[in-house]
Amino acid sequence: MTKSNFTRRGLLKTGTAAGAGLAMPTIFTSKVWGAAHTGFTNAPQGDTVTLGFNVPQSGPYADEGADELRAFQLAVEHLNGEGDGGMMQTFSSKTLEGNGIMGKKVQFVSGDTQTKSDAARASAKSMIEKDGAIMISGGSSSGVAVAVQALCQEAGIIFMAGLTHANDTTGKDKKANGFRHFFNSYMSGAALAPILAKEYGKDRKAYHLTADYNWGYTTEQAIRESTEALGWETVNSVLTPLTQTDFSSYIAPVLNSGADVLVLNHYGGNMVNSLTNAVQFGLREATANGKKFEIVVPLYSELMARGAGKNIAGILGSQNWDWKLENEKGARYTGTNAFVKSFGEKYGFPPSQAAHTCYVQTLLYADAVNRAGSFNPCAVVEALEGFEFDGMGNGPTLYRAEDHQCFKDVVVVRGKENPENEFDLVEIVEVTPVDQVTYPPDHPQFAGGALGECNPGA
Amino acid sequence: MDALILQILNGLDKGSAYALIALGLTLIFGTLGVVNFAHGALFMLGAFCAVTLNRILTLSHTVVDESRTDFLGNPMKVDVPYLFDIVGPDTGAKLIEWSVPLSILFAIPVMILIGVVMERGLIKHFYKRPHADQILVTFGLAIVLQEVVKYFYGANPIPTPAPSAFSGSFDFGVLLGFDPYVIIYPYWRLVYFAFAMVVIAAVFAFLQFSTFGMVVRAGMADRETVGLLGINIDRRFTIMFGIAAAVAGLAGVMYTPINPPNYHMGMDFLVLSFVVVVVGGMGSLPGAVLAGFLLGILESLASMGWVIDLIPGINQIIIYLVAIVVLLTRPRGLMGRKGVMED
Repeated sequence: MTKSNFTRRGLLKTGTAAGAGLAMPTIFTSKVWGAAHTGFTNAPQGDTVTLGFNVPQSGPYADEGADELRAFQLAVEHLNGEGDGGMMQTFSSKTLEGNGIMGKKVQFVSGDTQTKSDAARASAKSMIEKDGAIMISGGSSSGVAVAVQALCQEAGIIFMAGLTHANDTTGKDKKANGFRHFFNSYMSGAALAPILAKEYGKDRKAYHLTADYNWGYTTEQAIRESTEALGWETVNSVLTPLTQTDFSSYIAPVLNSGADVLVLNHYGGNMVNSLTNAVQFGLREATANGKKFEIVVPLYSELMARGAGKNIAGILGSQNWDWKLENEKGARYTGTNAFVKSFGEKYGFPPSQAAHTCYVQTLLYADAVNRAGSFNPCAVVEALEGFEFDGMGNGPTLYRAEDHQCFKDVVVVRGKENPENEFDLVEIVEVTPVDQVTYPPDHPQFAGGALGECNPGA
Repeated sequence: MDALILQILNGLDKGSAYALIALGLTLIFGTLGVVNFAHGALFMLGAFCAVTLNRILTLSHTVVDESRTDFLGNPMKVDVPYLFDIVGPDTGAKLIEWSVPLSILFAIPVMILIGVVMERGLIKHFYKRPHADQILVTFGLAIVLQEVVKYFYGANPIPTPAPSAFSGSFDFGVLLGFDPYVIIYPYWRLVYFAFAMVVIAAVFAFLQFSTFGMVVRAGMADRETVGLLGINIDRRFTIMFGIAAAVAGLAGVMYTPINPPNYHMGMDFLVLSFVVVVVGGMGSLPGAVLAGFLLGILESLASMGWVIDLIPGINQIIIYLVAIVVLLTRPRGLMGRKGVMED
């Protein structure tokens, strides 16, 4: 017998209690929205205006969050007339002159979403209530985006979504105060399917591994529907827990399932690990049904490609934007080089698509306020609805009034076989024109929600 | 049948990692009576030893290549590892390629040192405190270590491939008379399993056949009497803590080619390893190894398609289900002995 004061039973008890405590969600209580009575929440007083940038600064998407924050800082500098102005020089609307927003100097506060809905709501709430933020932007997870968008709607604040790709953000969970520049699952499916048919043929059998949350579901649905329309068959689809790190037990049965394509509806660390496991299990060298086995990753990200290393080579996927667009695809994508230049000179590496969408959203908000002549959220909503613009790197773009989704070209990319450096991991295969990725506002994949009325708050 | 074989193979490498981590956890528990919630972080630190060695080997100076341009149109800056200047580009590239196996040599002293510092510097002060304090302090330490790693290495996974000699996969199916591409198993996972067996055998041999091991085992059985015999058991237990840290670290080093390491990987293994120790029987080394492999294989089998269709979600709870059944039928765990850690 040892003389330790430990008992097995006591330890189990304490361990369980500690575990339960750690698992408890953050409880935060609702308070009445307080604001100066000027007709809307957080009306700017004095000669400054405050924007709130809510990005993952910890947790699995922290690197993306860091890149988003860099873009926000750059956007604020440009709005205040510092630096070279970036995309303000190429933006088709010319209201931004480097004198802030409506003459008010732009300040910003940032919060940490931790990639958790409750933490993201708490930090957005604090930026709105304590710091007086008039607009919230940021993202990197659709779960977070939907949660923060709903909070902004309630509070009477404009939400300019950052990286969020699930259909729900501008589908069943859309809100009048929320706007999304980033593309979505449907568009990925619509852009990818023709390329997949062209590269891999129309007689293919697909096996889906899908992250078990809203983004995973909408992405799987989008890819399924658009590939099945072209003649592909879906053999099986398996949901994988978001917390999964080793995917070998999900990957191993794929080769024996009769499938000849594996679709990984995974993002972030999930994507890196599942792809690495798939390559380890020989899926890249295998043949099935007499064809070369293929892997598809619907939503690409340069930062994730870096994590996957050599395994990403040759794999197809889609992106909202790529820093090489203007050089490779011409002047239609003007703005790209201007942005890459100011971002690259400030930080020493090219921006990610997450950085791009956040930068653009900030400028679009500032321009909308200038055009509306008011910070009132309802005036901003009106200015953004149906707004057509160009010169932001994606070609001609429409902010559709019916669902507050941007419509623009989609980039189909492939992992480069022999990258020259760590920023040169993807190559552009094709740019799918906006017409091919446009859908009616009442498309079944987006059914079930309503924008409702804009809410000015206070 | 082929699917079954495949999942059992799959369970072996996961089981190897569980077994190695649980072995260290139960060693520390058996000697010092502390449940080390930072043990997962030691696994993670081991993995980052491999990343660090790779970073050291690829430490570079920049050479401007006028013939190429970077993304801004300026002359391309190319990184050339110092190693290339010292041993030549060919040997240098080989060394970098083999950095994961080389990290074993690097990780052992580093991890023993980290373990000893951790025990002497922090955990020592908590031996006489209640369980809750020990759990909180080690858990807190794990969070601190994670954040430190995240600060230096970022939050995204870092690719650390195995040497190309081990990068392919082995077709077991053909060996057993199945069709090709039916039972495929990556070479590196076989290496991992073999490595785990060697480490486990080494730890057992050390405890069984060395004088040091004998004293430690005596100390585990009756610390006070060993102390009365004039043996400084505390110092030996500190060294055991270092060894346990090294075992977890080695498990981490060799795991990096299986999944690219990130700062959070330790937490993913910690809770499961704790369950493994409980199922195996607290303080029982063979129990930890047995339960590690058992749970690894069961977890693999439970994620087979038809099993999930039958009982949805079983893959996520199987380990805890087994833990509950074992605790109900054998409250001391599979190989726990009467009297260990009981008042």
